[in-house]
Amino acid sequence: MNLDFDADELAFRDEVRAFLAAELPDDIRTAVADRTDLTKEQIVRWHGILHRRGWAVPKWAAEHGGRGWTPAQKYIFQEELSLARAPDEFSFNVAMIGPVIARFGTDAQKERFLPPTASLDIWWCQGFSEPGSGSDLASLKTTAVRDGDDYVVNGQKIWTTLAQHADWIFALVRTDPNAQKPQMGISFLLIDMTTPGITVRPIRTIDNHHEVNEVFFDDVRVPAENLIGQENKGWDYAKHLLGNERSGIARIGLSKERLRWARATAKEMAADGRMTQREHARLLRELIETEIDLKALELTQLRVVAADSAGGGGDPGAGAAASSILKVKGSDIQQRMTEIMMTLAGPAGLAQPDLDHGRNEEPQDRWLPAAAPYYFTMRKVSIYGGSNEIQRNIVAKTVMGL
Amino acid sequence: MDFSFSDDQRLLRETVARFVADRYGFEDRTRMMAMPGGRDPAIWSEMAELGLLGLPFAEADGGFGGGGTETMILMEEFGRGLVVEPYLSAIVLAGALLQDAATAEQRAARVERIVTGDLRLAVAFAEPRGPRYTVDARETVAVGDRLTGEKIAVLGGDQAQELIVSARTSEGSTALFFVDPAATGVSIRGEAGYDGSRVATVTLHDVAAERIPGDGAAHLSRAIEAANAALCAEAVGAMAAALDLTTEYLKTRKQFGVPIAAFQALQHRAVDMLMQLELARSMAILAAASLDRPAAERTANIAAAKAHIARASRFVGQQAVQLHGGIGITAEYKVGHIFKRLTAIETLFGDADHHIDALTDLGGLAA
Ligand SMILES: Cc1cc2nc3c(=O)[nH]c(=O)nc-3n(C[C@H](O)[C@H](O)[C@H](O)COP(=O)(O)OP(=O)(O)OC[C@H]3O[C@@H](n4cnc5c(N)ncnc54)[C@H](O)[C@@H]3O)c2cc1C
Repeated sequence: MNLDFDADELAFRDEVRAFLAAELPDDIRTAVADRTDLTKEQIVRWHGILHRRGWAVPKWAAEHGGRGWTPAQKYIFQEELSLARAPDEFSFNVAMIGPVIARFGTDAQKERFLPPTASLDIWWCQGFSEPGSGSDLASLKTTAVRDGDDYVVNGQKIWTTLAQHADWIFALVRTDPNAQKPQMGISFLLIDMTTPGITVRPIRTIDNHHEVNEVFFDDVRVPAENLIGQENKGWDYAKHLLGNERSGIARIGLSKERLRWARATAKEMAADGRMTQREHARLLRELIETEIDLKALELTQLRVVAADSAGGGGDPGAGAAASSILKVKGSDIQQRMTEIMMTLAGPAGLAQPDLDHGRNEEPQDRWLPAAAPYYFTMRKVSIYGGSNEIQRNIVAKTVMGL
Repeated sequence: MDFSFSDDQRLLRETVARFVADRYGFEDRTRMMAMPGGRDPAIWSEMAELGLLGLPFAEADGGFGGGGTETMILMEEFGRGLVVEPYLSAIVLAGALLQDAATAEQRAARVERIVTGDLRLAVAFAEPRGPRYTVDARETVAVGDRLTGEKIAVLGGDQAQELIVSARTSEGSTALFFVDPAATGVSIRGEAGYDGSRVATVTLHDVAAERIPGDGAAHLSRAIEAANAALCAEAVGAMAAALDLTTEYLKTRKQFGVPIAAFQALQHRAVDMLMQLELARSMAILAAASLDRPAAERTANIAAAKAHIARASRFVGQQAVQLHGGIGITAEYKVGHIFKRLTAIETLFGDADHHIDALTDLGGLAA
C-alpha cells in the first residue's frame, strides 16, 4: 500500500503547475473563481492555449493528438486545472464525440472531424435528450429516414447545452421504429447546425442564464456519410460515450478548489467583521466535515485510477459501482460547496445587479451576486449525466443484483 | 387548546386565496415582473381595497386589528402564489415598528395612508461591512437629526415613499428615524432580488430625519420577530405549492412507459417532503401564536420556528427541483421560482444557524 504519487508523477504535476501559472489568462481565472459566466471567446481562447501546448486532448490516442498519459497523470492534470481555476475541459469535444469518432468512425470521418474537434474549430453539442425521453433515453422519437444518399431528420431535442454556439451536433435518432427493443433502432448521426430546417430556441434557466436550448429538426437532410458506425447500432456508441469517463466525473479538483476558496473568503470576512467569530468557527467546522467526505471520495477515485493503471488487476477500484459512487457523491459535495457559498453570501447575496448597467463591485466581492445563481444552476449536477436516482437504480440492479 | 380558525379568519383565507388565484397566476406574475420596476402598481391598490394593507394595524389607528394568526393566513396564501409585492417589508416589518415604537402623532400621520395604499414604508438597517444579522447600527451615524451612512439589502427600498432608517447616535446607541427618500442627500439604487423581490442600497449624506423614540435595536428585534413569523407562514405556502406541483408532475410525467410516480424511490421522497411541510406548518403556527407572548418565550419560539423552517425550505425546494428533472431548473416553470423564494426565506432575517445560536444563548425552549 502506498498512497503517494511517485517521483515522475510529482515532476509531471510541477510541470502542469508551471504551465498554468504562466499561461492561464487572468480574466479567465477570475471568471472561474467568481463563478461568473465564461464567454464563448474565453472558452475558445483557453482551449487554444491548451491546444498549442499539446494538452487539449491528452486522453486521446497518440495518433490523434493524445499524450499516452497514465491514469494517474490524467488525474493529476485535471486536478491541477481545477485548482488553478482553469475552465473545465470542453467535454462535448474532448470527452464525448472525439473518442467516439476515433473508435467507431470511418477513416474519412476521422480525417475530417478529429483535427478540428481537437482544436475546437468545430464546436460540438450533444443532441440526446428529448422532451419525452430524459432518464428513459432509449424511448427517443426523433426520426431519420433514409432517402437516397441522405437521411431526413425530423423531431426535437431538448436541454442541448450551448447549442447556440455549436457548429455541429451529434444526435441519437430513430432509424428503425419496429426494432425488437427500442435500443436496437437507434443510430448516431453527425449533423451540421447550418443545415436548413434546424431551429435553435433558447431555454432560460432559473439562474437567468442561457445555457440550454431546444433544437428542432424539420426535414433536415443529413448526408449518409455522417452516420457513425452502423445503422441501428447508435445505442452502443452512446453507451461507450457515456461510460468512458470514470476518472473525472466526481470533479474532486473542483470541490477542492471551492474548499480553498471558501476558507480564504471566510477568513477575509471574519477579519473585516462581516462574519462573527462564532459564524466563522462554525463555517470552518462545516468545511472540515466536507473536506473529510471529499478525502474519502478522492481516495475512492484514486483506487479507480490505480485499478485502471493496472489494467484491471489488483483492487477492482470500487468495482462496477465506481462510476455511480463517484457521480452521486461527487455531485453531493459539489452541491454542498454551493450551499457553503450561499452561507458566506448571506442576505447580501439576494440582490442581482443588472448586468447591462454594470455595477462596480469591489473586485473581491464579484462572487457575491454570483453565489445564488451558481447554487441554483448546480442543482443540475444531480439531474444530468444519469440522475442520482438513476445511478442508484443502476447499482441496485446491475451491481448488487437486487 | 384550539387550532381552528374563526369564521372571520376563514373568510380572510378565502378572500386572499381568491385574490391570489385570480390576479396572481404564474403567468400574471411573470408578466408583472417584466413591467418597469418589476411590478403592476394596480395590485397594491387592489390589496388596499380588499383591506389587506390594514390587517396588522390597530383599529384605533385606522387598521383592522388583525393579529399573528391573520398575518399567518395571509402570508401562507401569498407564499402559495409567490406574491412579490413588498408586503413583508412595508406592512409587516414597518407596521410592527409603527405600532410598537412610533408616537401617536407619527402613527396618525401614516397609518391611514398606508391602509389606503398611498404610503409604502421600507426599513433600512443592514450595513455593508457589518455582521450579517445585527440590529445595531454601526457606520450609519446620526448627528442630531441628520443621518449619514450606507444601508444594504433594503427590501422594497426603491418602492417606498418613506424609509425607516437605523443609525448610531452620539451616545452610541441605535435609534430609528423616518427619512424621506426624496430628501436632499438620499440616493437609492434598486435591484431585483433573485426571488423577484426588490432590494435597494440606500446612501445618506447629511439627510434630515425624524426620530422615532426609544431603543431602536430593541424595536428592530421585535419587528424582525414579526417578520420571521410571517416568513414562516409564507414558507409553508410556498412549500405546499411546491409539493402540489411535484405530486402532480410525478403523476403525469412518464418515463420507462409508466408515470414516474410508480417509482418507490420517488414516492418516498415526496412523502419526506410532505412530512417536512406538515412539521413546518406546526412551527409556523407556533411562531404566529407566540407573537403576543412574553418576550423570552416569544423570542425563543420564533427562533425555533425559523430555524426549523429554514431547513425544511431547503429540503423541499431542492427536492421539488430534483423530482422535476430538467424542467425544474427552467425559468418558464414555477417550481424553480418557488425554490428561489424558499432560498431567500432561508436567509432573510437570520438563517437556521443564526437562530440556533440565538436559541442556544437563551438556554433553549421553555419546557
Ligand atoms: C443543465 C442541463 C444540461 C443538459 N445538457 C444536455 C445536453 O447537452 N445534451 C443532452 O442530450 N441532454 C442534456 N441534459 C439532459 C439530461 O440528461 C436530462 O435532464 C436527464 O437525463 C433527466 O431527464 P429529464 O430531465 O427528462 O427528467 P426525467 O427523466 O423526467 O426525471 C424526472 C425525475 O424522475 C426521476 N426518475 C426517472 N426515472 C426514474 C426511475 N426509474 N427511478 C427513480 N427515479 C426516476 C429522475 O431522477 C428525476 O428526479 C441536460 C440537462 C440539464 C439539466
